[in-house]
Amino acid sequence: MTEIWDGLRQAALLIVTLDPDLLQISARSLHVTLTATVIASAIGLPLGGWLAVYRFRARRSVIALLNALMGLPPVVVGLIVYLMLSRSGPFGVFGLLFTPTAMIIAQVVILTPLIASIAHQALRELWAEYHDLLISLNTSRRQRIRTLLWDARRALLTASLAGFGRGIGEVGAIMIVGGNIDQATRVLTTAIALETGKGNFALALGLGFVLIAIAVGVNLSIHYASKTEVSSRW
Amino acid sequence: MVEQILPLRLAGAKLTRRGRTLVGPIDLTLGPQGFTIVMGPNGAGKTSLLRMMHGLERPSSGRVEWAVPEVQARPSQAYVFQHPTLMRRTALDNVAYPLTVHGMPRKEARARAAEALKSVGLGDSALKMAYYLSGGERQKLALARALIRKPEILFLDEPCASLDGRAIRDIEHILLTAHAAGTRIMMITHDHGQARRLAEDVLFIHHGQLHAADQADAFFSDPQSPEAHAFLKGDILI
Repeated sequence: MTEIWDGLRQAALLIVTLDPDLLQISARSLHVTLTATVIASAIGLPLGGWLAVYRFRARRSVIALLNALMGLPPVVVGLIVYLMLSRSGPFGVFGLLFTPTAMIIAQVVILTPLIASIAHQALRELWAEYHDLLISLNTSRRQRIRTLLWDARRALLTASLAGFGRGIGEVGAIMIVGGNIDQATRVLTTAIALETGKGNFALALGLGFVLIAIAVGVNLSIHYASKTEVSSRW
Repeated sequence: MVEQILPLRLAGAKLTRRGRTLVGPIDLTLGPQGFTIVMGPNGAGKTSLLRMMHGLERPSSGRVEWAVPEVQARPSQAYVFQHPTLMRRTALDNVAYPLTVHGMPRKEARARAAEALKSVGLGDSALKMAYYLSGGERQKLALARALIRKPEILFLDEPCASLDGRAIRDIEHILLTAHAAGTRIMMITHDHGQARRLAEDVLFIHHGQLHAADQADAFFSDPQSPEAHAFLKGDILI
């Protein structure tokens, strides 16, 4: 029990004193996961729309695969990205391993199926609603997907936020490809893992509270910015 | 003005789904002028016929041919569904959508949409979310949206179902105005009074078959087919 109180005190102290390490680590966490979320959304949301609108033979299999990939184990993704980026791997020449870029790449791989799958669920329903109208109005597939993405933007925000939530708390993949290097690739989750390993529970908890606060804060600020709960339906 | 897409010719056009015939085979020519009312009991195939003409369904056999290739014919048609599809936008943006999606600058499209809304009596509701409109307002919105591209032919699937007298009168007025401006109209209705008020000619469909295609006067005064006769008398057709 004392650890939790100590943790709260530590957290308060770290925040009040604007601890430079904490700020740097938090900023890096946000930078990595926000970038990964934006990239994964840029891929996943149109992919979800495309799967809702486009009919082709393997469509059901692709959707089933996508849903299965939502549960992709981050450690395995980390391992594969590691092998790809390591010196002897196919992309070794870029020297990306143990950089924030590598962490972003790994998180994009983890988040894209999740975002695409949730987006597809939402867009499929909207497409059922719009189907006849958009066909009657003689729209191309591209125009249909764009219309769906725009009109379902609130639901898609939820998809992206779910992706952000998964990314900000993720540790397995970024630990492997980032290496938890101090001043370079250390983020909140990897720092917590490290401090816990060292038996430094109070600091670990302090970082943990900061992490939760960031996750909640980002969600709330985006909801307020987009007035999600103000108008009842969209 | 684009090339004329009418007349529309149906030759043995038939629509089946899972082995069941929904409508057809139908042989029919729709000329460039007129106000056609489609009548018949529920499940007779009226909606299927209109959907097939509009290209929402491919005929399972037979042909549906416009005077121009289908690609050119599509932009000159519009369809108002029985349950209007409301996009998650304001009334104004709903009406502007057919223009903006095909590349018209938003400002110009909105100006035209505002005019169109005014002409159907929804000028005050332009900035309301479409979802908050009443049943009659929704149908007027759908009409304004359908007419905004100045279609050569307008298909309507029971636009006045479950509306009250005032809304029906407004909608009929809009339709007659569009018709006077040269729009070919093809409309399904269950309302005999409405059919008599609006029809120039009538198609009567029963069990997927075309039982009558007559001038309105002739159809209502002396229907040739026994089914149509029974239907107009108020008998229940099975």
